[in-house]
This record gives sequence, C-alpha cells and structure tokens, in this order.
Amino acid sequence: MKISGKVVVYNHDNVSTDQIIPGQYGYIQDMKEMAEHALEGADRTLRDRLRTVGSIFVAGNNFGCGSSREFAVIVLIESGVKAVVVKSAARIWYRNAVNLGLPVLFCPTLPDSIAEGAEVEIDLEKGAVLDVATGAVHQGEPPSEFIIGMYKEGGVKPLMRKKALERLQEKGPAGG
Amino acid sequence: MTATAMHAVHKILAAAAGRDHVRPGEIVTAKVDLAGINDVYLIAVRSFREMLGTKVWDPGKVYIFLDHNTPASDLKVAEAQKAFREFAGEQGCHLIEINEGIGHNLLPERGLARPGSVIVITDSHTPIHGAYGAFATGLGATDIAAVLIDGSTWFRVPDVVNVRLTGKPGAGIMAKDAALCILGRLGTDFGAYRVIEFSGPVVEALSMEERTVLTVMATEMGAKSAFIKPDRTTIDDVKGHTNEPFTIHETDPGFRYAAEYEFDLTGLKPQVALPHSVDNVRNVEDVEGIQIDQVFVGSCTGGKSRDIEAVAKALAGKKVASGTRLVVTMATRETVRQAIRKGHYQILLDAGASITSPGCGACSGLLGGIVAAHEKCLSTANRNFPGRMGGSVEAEVYLASPLTAAATAVAGKLTSRERP
Repeated sequence: MKISGKVVVYNHDNVSTDQIIPGQYGYIQDMKEMAEHALEGADRTLRDRLRTVGSIFVAGNNFGCGSSREFAVIVLIESGVKAVVVKSAARIWYRNAVNLGLPVLFCPTLPDSIAEGAEVEIDLEKGAVLDVATGAVHQGEPPSEFIIGMYKEGGVKPLMRKKALERLQEKGPAGG
Repeated sequence: MTATAMHAVHKILAAAAGRDHVRPGEIVTAKVDLAGINDVYLIAVRSFREMLGTKVWDPGKVYIFLDHNTPASDLKVAEAQKAFREFAGEQGCHLIEINEGIGHNLLPERGLARPGSVIVITDSHTPIHGAYGAFATGLGATDIAAVLIDGSTWFRVPDVVNVRLTGKPGAGIMAKDAALCILGRLGTDFGAYRVIEFSGPVVEALSMEERTVLTVMATEMGAKSAFIKPDRTTIDDVKGHTNEPFTIHETDPGFRYAAEYEFDLTGLKPQVALPHSVDNVRNVEDVEGIQIDQVFVGSCTGGKSRDIEAVAKALAGKKVASGTRLVVTMATRETVRQAIRKGHYQILLDAGASITSPGCGACSGLLGGIVAAHEKCLSTANRNFPGRMGGSVEAEVYLASPLTAAATAVAGKLTSRERP
C-alpha cells in the first residue's frame, strides 16, 4: 500500500483525544459537522491546513492518548487525512485507526526532519517514508501482517460485512 | 522442554482463546465475558448496523451505561440516550439508566468484575477491573460493534510489567498519591501496549476500592490493562456481590516481567499533578498556596464511598472557603445511599458543597462543574489534559487525592494540611 501527499506537521508529544476532538462535541451525530472541530484543542489552524496544505498528518510521541473516543480518528478522516505518521501512538487510538482503515506509520525520525508542505511517499508494508524533495528515506516500523490485512480489507466494518454476507450465503436461500 | 512460563493475564487470554498457551506479541481471538457501551458512543450502534448486525451475540453480556452525561444536558444527548433505550429494548440487553451512576463502579457492586473474566468497554478507564483479576481493556465504538456481533475480538498478547509497592506510607496517604508518584517517576507511556501489574505489601493491604485507584490510573500510564493478583480481600468482595463462579489464574513461577519497578512509599508526601499532564507531579507542599476556584470530588477514580467518606470526615464542622466552590459527584446510587446513611451527605451540604446526581460528571467535561478559561480546578479524577473539564484549553486542572481535595476546599488554596 502506497500513499503520497503533502504533510501537515504538528510535532508535539502526548496530543490527547481531548485535544483532537474535545469531549463536548461527542454527541454531534453528523461526522462532517463534528470534524469542523478537529484538532481545535491543539491548534485551531490545523483543520484549515489539512484542507489547503496536505493530507498526511505528522505528530510526535504517544499521539491520541486519553479517552477511547473513536471520533479522534473519524474527525481526521473527515478532514481529508489519508495517512498519519507519528513517533508513537496510544494503543486505543491506534486500534481505532486500524479498524477504520486510516493508515498509521510509526516513524521516529520523520517528524523532526520534515517541513510543513513537503511531499512524501509512504510505503506502508515496508514501514518507510520517502521525502520526495531530498530523496531521504525515513525507516519506521512495518505494521504486522495482521494489521496490513485489516487495512487491505478497508478496516473492520467491510470485514464484518463480508463475514455477515458469507454467513447468509452458507445458510442458502430462505424457505423450504 | 516445557512451554515458557505464563503470567495470569496470559492464562486468561489463553482460556478465552481456547488455547493452552499464548505468547506475548502473537495475535489471538478471545471470547468476551462482558461488553459495554457508554452514552457518548451511539456510533457503536450505527457501526453495528453498518456491519449488518441484527442481534447481539448474547444480550446477557451486553451493558449500555447511560453514565457520562446524565441526566441529559441538552437535546443531542437526550436524542442519543433515547436511541440507546430503543436499542436496548430491541436487543434485550442490560440498560444502566441515568440514576445508577458510573458503569465502572457499578460492575463490582453487581459482582460483574470477577477474576478471570474478559471485559471490554468503550471507555479508556476499563483497565480499572484488573483490580479484580480480570483482563479488562478499553475499545473504540466500532471495535465494540464487532464484539456485539461475534462475542469475541482480537488482542495482541501483551507483555507484563510489575510495579511493586513497598514500605509504610503514612496516615493521610492514599492510593491516588501512590499512583501520581508512579506517574511522576515513570511517565505517561511506560505501560503502553503492556499490562501493568501492581503488587507488594502496600497493594495487598489496600481495600478493593483503593486498589481500583491504582488500576484505573494505569490507563494514564499508557497501559492496555492492569492486574492485581486476587487474594482473600478480592475473593471476599466478589463473593459478597455474586454467586457466579470465577477462575483465579496463577502466574507461573519463573515468569519474566518485561520490566520491574519498585517504589518504597515510606515517607511519601501527598502528591499533585499540575496542568496539563498527569506526569507533571510534585509534592503538594512544594507548590502549596495556589489559589483554587473549584474542587471537584468525583469520577470512577475519586468519587467512591471511601473517597466521599474521607472528604466528609475532613470537612466535618468546616466550611468551604469563600471564593472556592466544591462540586461533589458520587460514583453510584449506592455511594449516595451510603453517604446519606452515614451522615456524610449532610456534612458535605453543610460545608457548602454542590452535590450533583451520580455519574461521570465534570470529569468528562460534559456537565456538572465545567471550568471556565483560566480557572483552576483541583480534581480527584484521573486526567488533566488541556480542555479535559469542559473544552477550555486554558482551564487548569490539578489532580490529587480526596484528602488533599478536602483540605484544599477548606483553605481555598492548594494544600494537603488540615487546618483547625
């Protein structure tokens, strides 16, 4: 899986889910409306930069720490984010990203050395990011086969739909 | 050559996966004993439908907790809660109504946090149930939706680290002080993707409620789950709440922890986490005197019966300082009942507290004590990220024990010292 685009950089550690999408917006049922508040607890300019500058979001260590809210992934997807490159991420946030099909790469060096707006190419299976302008390759952690498999399915929802349809087919046509 | 020694948590996962043995790092599919959704995540129901779910796998094992925003603070919340009531009615699963309190504290009251069980809830503080020897972890809403259909989910088998607490903590030192001390020393991600076990003589001497303060704070240490070896205290507590059987798995002799830490708590002083990070920890006495606008006593971490009792006893015959407000949100309806029965409710009212209905309250920043920009709040809850208590990133949240909260409410300034 290859993803390319320009980066939006917020190279801070411990960006919490309270900053990615503050708790009081959790009851908004329209995800586009919720995404209007994406990252506003961190930096209010980020939402616009994700629209105008690029679609690869870059941050530091322990990204997405705090609550289990899946909205902290959904608002990034709704803001047009195609992939996230971080030094490390909190467990539930990462798991939510995998489930919702948002590619995440753990890469210790990219966040410190890439400038906003730079173009990158991510090779997810290899866990590598190419800085197109300089030709530098930043090696991160290749996701496990299991995780890559989930991404290829598009996340857990398509996977579960497929399983449900298979179960229906096994049962065969109703009646008789 | 025998298989490598397993930790009790690995045995729980192995049993749930129908295996004899599991190894850290491998991915297993494990059966779930209890799946919970709280009222923030109606999206779980939406995902359930999108996955073509029609019936939950076992309605007796599914709990919907209306605990985060109760009673509903606005129309959107009311609509979400209505939709949850309809879903629970249609599925025949358990519905915890708005008057019951925080799901995490209700599970032990109902004997649902048991040794050996696998518990997944759409809430990051789910590791709290490790105090009862369960494997419990938080999942996202779509993850839970898949559990509702399959009754199982995937886990990467985690490594286990051991945090051993020794020494003789002095009077007035609570489990919260120990948890903050650990965070101050080891930071917010030393437990990432791992299970944190709490052990040692200090842990063994703690009540179940105080043990849950350690395991709930493991979330703030980054942990996937937490664990305290079940002992007589655990067994008596669980058997006092349920007749359901449970299995206690023992860690094999020779099991090797991924890391081991020891904290001698002799001489530990009351601790406080300053804004805006749980590991920004100091001795209260070193930062004493900061003016506090609001003291919040509540949450799964700091609103339990013993917390309320500690605060009430410290406030007896005293008043909350002028210029400071005290908001108390008891964890569950049973906490409220006990507070009334023991006279604590009256003491808190007389001292000048605002007492809300039970639930998560201001901890989740949704209602019941939201803090304005540039105000300072001392809270007995579990985290203090920017914007945590109501969305203003400029509000400052300090975390401390219930005893420090009581002393601070009376003084109007950060302190752990009781004044006459």
